[in-house]
Amino acid sequence: MKSKGTQIELYRMLQLLRKAEEKLYYLFSTREMPGTMHQYIGQEAVAAGVCAALRDTDYITSTHRGHGHLIAKGADLNGFMAEMFAKATGSCKGMGGSMHIADASVGILGANGIVGGGIPIAVGAALTCKKRGEKNIAVSFFGDGATNEGAFHESLNMASVWNLPALFVCENNVYGFSTHYRRVTNIENIADRAAAYGMEGIVADGMDVLDIYKKTNEAVKKIREGGGPVLIECKTYRYMGHARFEKPVYRTRDEVEEWKKRDCINRLKAHMLKGKKYTEEDLAKIDEQVMAEIEAAVTFAENSPDPEPDSYKDYIFKGGIQ
Amino acid sequence: MPQNKIADALRQALLEEMESNQDLICIGEDIGVLGGPYGVTRGLMDKFGEDRVLDAPISENAIVGAAVGAAMSGLRVMAEIQFNDFLTCAMDQICNQAAKIPFMMGGQVSVPIVIRAPIGATGRAAQHSQSLEAWFMHTPGLKVVMPSTPYDAKGLLKTALRDDNPVMFFEHKLLYGGTSSGGKALSAVDGLGDDFTPAPDEDYEVPFGKAAIRREGKDVTIVGTSMMVHRAMTAARQLAEEGIDVEVIDLRTLVPMDDDAIIQSVAKTGRLVIASEDVSMCGVGAEIAAMIAEKAVYYLDAPIKRVSVPNTPVPFAPVCESQVIPNEERIIEAVKAIV
Repeated sequence: MKSKGTQIELYRMLQLLRKAEEKLYYLFSTREMPGTMHQYIGQEAVAAGVCAALRDTDYITSTHRGHGHLIAKGADLNGFMAEMFAKATGSCKGMGGSMHIADASVGILGANGIVGGGIPIAVGAALTCKKRGEKNIAVSFFGDGATNEGAFHESLNMASVWNLPALFVCENNVYGFSTHYRRVTNIENIADRAAAYGMEGIVADGMDVLDIYKKTNEAVKKIREGGGPVLIECKTYRYMGHARFEKPVYRTRDEVEEWKKRDCINRLKAHMLKGKKYTEEDLAKIDEQVMAEIEAAVTFAENSPDPEPDSYKDYIFKGGIQ
Repeated sequence: MPQNKIADALRQALLEEMESNQDLICIGEDIGVLGGPYGVTRGLMDKFGEDRVLDAPISENAIVGAAVGAAMSGLRVMAEIQFNDFLTCAMDQICNQAAKIPFMMGGQVSVPIVIRAPIGATGRAAQHSQSLEAWFMHTPGLKVVMPSTPYDAKGLLKTALRDDNPVMFFEHKLLYGGTSSGGKALSAVDGLGDDFTPAPDEDYEVPFGKAAIRREGKDVTIVGTSMMVHRAMTAARQLAEEGIDVEVIDLRTLVPMDDDAIIQSVAKTGRLVIASEDVSMCGVGAEIAAMIAEKAVYYLDAPIKRVSVPNTPVPFAPVCESQVIPNEERIIEAVKAIV
């Protein structure tokens, strides 16, 4: 298996996340896809950088803005795309959709429609990891908004006091829907909250995949060796609206453009080309491969059958009601 | 040695299951060093260690959430919530996560957790006296269990701990069989006699969805849950002296519910009283009455009567509390109103 942490693999992942979201945006806009969605464009460095430090046997919990986390953790792209289309071949058989996609085969315990909902679940997965003693860890992704939920406080305290192998990744994308995080959070660095739990807190540049990968990798090594949980705050930005369509009354176009100057893909690309090891052609080739992969997944999804209308009954109770 | 108390029967079930299944862990407030406020987990931490019996912070949402995550990744978890009233602090993890994740994941994972919590009014006022079982009946994906005897407590808990779904397991404080550490919940079991079947030593399960007929009768059916089964039995004995022959059904599990047992009994008696300790609005009695109205209304010779808590928080003053909590007199009154 290729190392996920090399520059070329990080580049491939960033592009996969970006292009997949762009394709999804197109499919939604043309109404070929049902439901709603929360897009990840702008934040790709976080999922790519963190997941590059993880194994298939590590667990993650994700959020309503979860597409990036899932793909970067290794969710089957066909199953992912088919789930977006609510098809029977979706990873959740069409029962979850954008906000609930999961692929348990690679440790993805689900995107989650409830802000903060996945954090305690990651604590539980970390309990399993500790009990099994196989040096796996559990990672919870959540936004700046989730850190004002009680679940955040309860979970970080519990993970710390039980010394669990858990990594808490706060993806600070500045806004909880329309509300600037500083209007609802009276500290600049959310990572500072780690101190309240007797836990290490780290700030990473959420627009720089190399910084995130390096810091996560160090944290993950410590966590695997029983060093206890870590909170890492990745300062990033979402380019798109909160959900599908919205009026951006809460921020200026200039602000968005300022953040785009620090775009994670452009930065990694510039860094790689400056290093002379890679050429424009090398990277263009990867872009092509990524696009082909996405198109193949879309074709798979479009050609897949809908679930049977009463198939949902199979999933209410495991083994049926009795 | 057969266990005569529900607290001891539950402990025996936990002990046996933890011995036979290394993947079973327990999480809860004060369940380790203290052994639980009612002694259900007494001695378990000494026997199985702090890694399997975890004294948790006072964090109900994270207790249930950690149980969900551990269960999704391969363990089985008994999560104890100290009073069922505190389940309110964990509603997201119970109702949005535990109940729905296996469904939303299209069956990729299961969430084998048992959430145990005491119910019932025992002089502690409105935040420690509720019986909230109906809320969880209203959430698809959860099973709801309410034992009334030591025998059932052990057998139902074993079934619950082996089930692959989240199970809400409600235990009445007055039925544990001892006083709580606060001394408030005095035992009601001494007067229950033979109705309070002990739990034998052997390994056995009590299946979900199978009601128990505690007493056969031909004039009127009383369906009860938990403590109300015993109050119904007392009422039935008194009514027998007046020539009214009562059949008492102990539901044992609310989800799944044994509709057939209720329908068959009503077909025989033509009269139905439902005794439960939850609030009447949208409660256990409302569900059973609706079920009978849909499936068996033509068997009825009289209106259905519900004996439950009126739509009020449980008051503190003992004279007021006993006014709202169903007792033998109110059950007898309800029976006489339709016979």
